[in-house]
Amino acid sequence: MSQTRKQLLIDPLVDNNPITLQVLGICSALAVTSSLNVAFVMSLAVIAVTGFSSLFISMLRNYIPNSIRIIVQMVIIASLVILVDQIIKAYAYEISKTLSVFVGLIITNCIVMGRAEAFAMKNTPVDSFIDGVGNGLGYGLLLMCVGVVRELFGSGTLFGVTILDPVSNGGWYVPNGLLLLPPSAFFIIGFLIWGVRSWKKSQVEAREYKIQTLEVH
Amino acid sequence: MEALISLAVKAIFVENLALSFFLGMCTFIAVSKKISTAIGLGVSVIIVQTITVPANNIILTYLLKPGALAWAGFPDVDLTFLGLISYIGVIAALVQILEMVLDKYFPPLYNALGIFLPLITVNCAILGGSLFMVERDYNFSEATTYGIASGFGWALAIATMAGVREKLKYSDIPDGLQGLGITFITAGLMAMAFMCFSGVKL
Repeated sequence: MSQTRKQLLIDPLVDNNPITLQVLGICSALAVTSSLNVAFVMSLAVIAVTGFSSLFISMLRNYIPNSIRIIVQMVIIASLVILVDQIIKAYAYEISKTLSVFVGLIITNCIVMGRAEAFAMKNTPVDSFIDGVGNGLGYGLLLMCVGVVRELFGSGTLFGVTILDPVSNGGWYVPNGLLLLPPSAFFIIGFLIWGVRSWKKSQVEAREYKIQTLEVH
Repeated sequence: MEALISLAVKAIFVENLALSFFLGMCTFIAVSKKISTAIGLGVSVIIVQTITVPANNIILTYLLKPGALAWAGFPDVDLTFLGLISYIGVIAALVQILEMVLDKYFPPLYNALGIFLPLITVNCAILGGSLFMVERDYNFSEATTYGIASGFGWALAIATMAGVREKLKYSDIPDGLQGLGITFITAGLMAMAFMCFSGVKL
């Protein structure tokens, strides 16, 4: 694998993460993270869809008329999502029940559309595929981080295996129910962004207003 | 009638699309910097949602459901697997038509909504509304009520968010939390406030 391709794969993980920096695809990132199993299946689904949609769109990029490109991209993405949806329903029915509408919502996940528009329309199929998978991985990584925090402290388990023995089971850990509720996902992602940006200073957004300080002459 | 009212209240407050299902988050975060634009977007979401949810309901009942094609002589056909692609098609087409109609007959409204209309096609709140309609098996009148109410709930959420953010930009926030980070935390606090409507269940 050449240097640039490796870059395409690794760059979206932290330096250019689709969620923390590009603000894309947050909808599902928040909703499916209360248990790791579900988050894991969701990440796999998104990686598959972003990778292959970028691949196919890039293969067709010279034949798609500019004026109807959005519709063409939508059709490709929607067909892939239907495939993924049917596969999940066939092999992981329980999880597909918990994911409910969120698999279908991959269609409108901005990461998929965003990569198609910004990268796949201008680059070769192999590069686009790698870029798509990289962005899917970046999304998956964040999903797993949030999922670990929510499941470990919310119910004391990881992938359904008990790590912190909960009080209801005779153990010592009092599960923090708040972490299983929707608002906690917002807080965790907010703090995660804070952490990433304190580490990578270049990602900090400029202030719109500055507090005026008194200058002593 | 009572059932419909309670459905509407539930869709606006308890099951708010933005704050308890996180739908339409991308636009929710990106377009909530100013109250006026947020209200513009909110109104367009209400309009589109009111049209698309019932429209998709009709498509589901008369074309896709198992046995729905009996009127055309195909009682055994089940096309539900084509659901996703037809809903998004309907949404894209309706948004396009709405844009043309507004441009022709209501230019001031068209200018006010401006770039938000095409953006709505990829707003998950719209597709999500239709998918919830399918999952919960609403009939036509329930679907219409749900469409209006869920759109209204989303508009309410983004308008309040914009109000908070307009004040927030004057406050002294740590560097790393600037912008996106603090917006998420604000949204989290708002989501907690909205949970009071259902009573916090721990």
